[in-house]
Amino acid sequence: MTTTAPETVDRAALEAVFDAAVAADERIEPRDWMPDAYRTTLIRQIAQHAHSEIIGMQPEANWITRAPSLRRKAILMAKVQDEAGHGLYLYSAAETLGVGRDELLDKLHAGRQRYSSIFNYPTLTWADVGAIGWLVDGAAITNQVPLCRCSYGPYARAMIRVCKEESFHQRQGYELLLALSRGTEAQHAMAQDAVDRWWWPSLMMFGPPDGESPHSAQSMAWKIKRHSNDELRRRFVDICVPQAESLGLTLPDPDLRWNEETGHYDFGPIDWDEFNEVLRGNGPCNEQRLARRREAHEEGAWVREAAAAYAAKHAPAPGPGGGTPHPTPERGTAASGPTEHPEAMA
Amino acid sequence: MTPATTPTTRASAGPVPVPAALALGDDALVLAHRLGEWAGSAPVLEEEVALANIALDLLGQARTLLSLVGDEDELAYLREERAFRNVQLVERPNGDFAHTIARQLYFSAYQYLLYARLAEGDGPFAPLAAKAVKEVAYHLDHAEHWTLRLGDGTPESHERMRRALDALWRYTDELFRPVEGLDGVDPAALREAWTDRVGGTLRQATLELPTGPASDAWTAGGGRQGVHTEPFGRMLAEMQHLHRSHPGASW
Amino acid sequence: MTGTDWPLWEVFVRSRRGLSHTHAGSLHAPDARMALRNARDLYTRRSEGVSIWVVPSDAITASSPDEKDPFFEPAGDKAYRHPTFYEIPEGVRHL
Repeated sequence: MTTTAPETVDRAALEAVFDAAVAADERIEPRDWMPDAYRTTLIRQIAQHAHSEIIGMQPEANWITRAPSLRRKAILMAKVQDEAGHGLYLYSAAETLGVGRDELLDKLHAGRQRYSSIFNYPTLTWADVGAIGWLVDGAAITNQVPLCRCSYGPYARAMIRVCKEESFHQRQGYELLLALSRGTEAQHAMAQDAVDRWWWPSLMMFGPPDGESPHSAQSMAWKIKRHSNDELRRRFVDICVPQAESLGLTLPDPDLRWNEETGHYDFGPIDWDEFNEVLRGNGPCNEQRLARRREAHEEGAWVREAAAAYAAKHAPAPGPGGGTPHPTPERGTAASGPTEHPEAMA
Repeated sequence: MTPATTPTTRASAGPVPVPAALALGDDALVLAHRLGEWAGSAPVLEEEVALANIALDLLGQARTLLSLVGDEDELAYLREERAFRNVQLVERPNGDFAHTIARQLYFSAYQYLLYARLAEGDGPFAPLAAKAVKEVAYHLDHAEHWTLRLGDGTPESHERMRRALDALWRYTDELFRPVEGLDGVDPAALREAWTDRVGGTLRQATLELPTGPASDAWTAGGGRQGVHTEPFGRMLAEMQHLHRSHPGASW
Repeated sequence: MTGTDWPLWEVFVRSRRGLSHTHAGSLHAPDARMALRNARDLYTRRSEGVSIWVVPSDAITASSPDEKDPFFEPAGDKAYRHPTFYEIPEGVRHL
């Protein structure tokens, strides 16, 4: 898209318009003026979110080939596919801020942008697929639902789409664990072991305690973030405790108990050393995840080049920029698929 | 182990021939599994979504077909390698993206033409084929688009695609051997239509139909008789291990 | 776009017959045909659409935000274009 920058307009006036829009709960759209720091914060957050979706495919894809029933295999494939889709929605939201997907991927591959640390833990058993769905996706949903009202329009819209699809993810995880919990002794033990391993890392997904969260205050002011880390974490614990009871599984926290006064569950201290170590790159799978991602990207380079070369050779007359949609199908049978072509516009 | 062999009778169609249901069902199951191995490693994110769509369609077809003649999970997870009736083509390892696309092109063209014929008939597979042929048309379209782009892309992609087509060619003859229970389909006519379709695409992609032995001489291919290639055993070991480790468990 | 980066396409989906195409998002593809295919896989995998348009992002010319006032204000005072402008007595239906 092209636009003429309003060079002469007073910055303070622009800032006032921006602040007023945020204050009035209006959405900021891509071509609106926005403070640089707002743009930078959004790019960082949306990119991290997108990277998490695509790195997050790996721990679950690890079980696609071993899923123990065809029904579960189909569900898991669809779920991992959704994650690729969510990555695409989010990269496309980030691109509205003027940064290309390739640039973001390069930063991920170079270790200069992060993804959620939770995916640096291994999926050791089939039950881990359930624990990821219930706890990890559950925590993600708790984080993401407020993002549907984020002040930046494209991000909010992407999140609405993601959240709609994400609810199936959490349900399939819960159902998977329920089947195991009610199954044989060995299956029950497998489920309990997975919950024991994923519970604490899931709580860490909400980020450091409010007092130590570097970007929180500004993000809240900009309405990129709507609730504090601790608030969301508490909400998540409150939701999970009764769900665990219904599952017939326990949560690995001896300090977990209902507090009449606060109306919430109290829970034990989180091991922030572990969190920081994993963040620093010392988790069980950090290297493996990034290496696999880089490898896929590098091994795919010749394919991307080939498609680009073909497009350049066969570009229709108007020339560069990707060409225009061709009004007639290329060939018979298969092209009469589910798409219809643009109506001629007078 | 042999499947529960009480053929299910369907309202508008005759009894389901077990060998044919297993042949078509196993083709779909095994190829879905192979495509599932791509998850997380596709050359570009958009292709993750596309490959998974195809895999999910195939898995759906497999479940329908296997359920016609038994319990889908018993059939998928408790049969030994020698009891599987898929063609060897679909069990071939993914290789690079060119191999995967060549395998898709060969197989989707076969499946599309076969299902189109089955859908027109009034046999027991007509209802399934009528639904599946729409899905497969899309798979074929995908394979053809990529064949064009790889064949007529860069010198490297052209060479990779050519090698892949050559390597998989010897597994194509098996597609045109008669299958018990698919008596209404004329294998020779199917082969002719397939050669036209695939040959046409390859010419457009600046490639050629391979010339190695696929028809007259001895070639690979005994999958329909339960004779498979070595990588298939390892694929099944991975696929079945968890299910078999917990006999009788529900998932 | 540099090197072999695939260009960006905007995707518009008609969710049902009778509705217009609505912007659904964007994606990368080397050419229009692949863009359509990718759009079908990505934006309609839960049967969200009956028809798709893809448009190269750089082919879109947009009104610029600073033109907002002159561009859209004339329509702003034509409340009579909107059905809620008219008061209808209670009980009157099919209007």
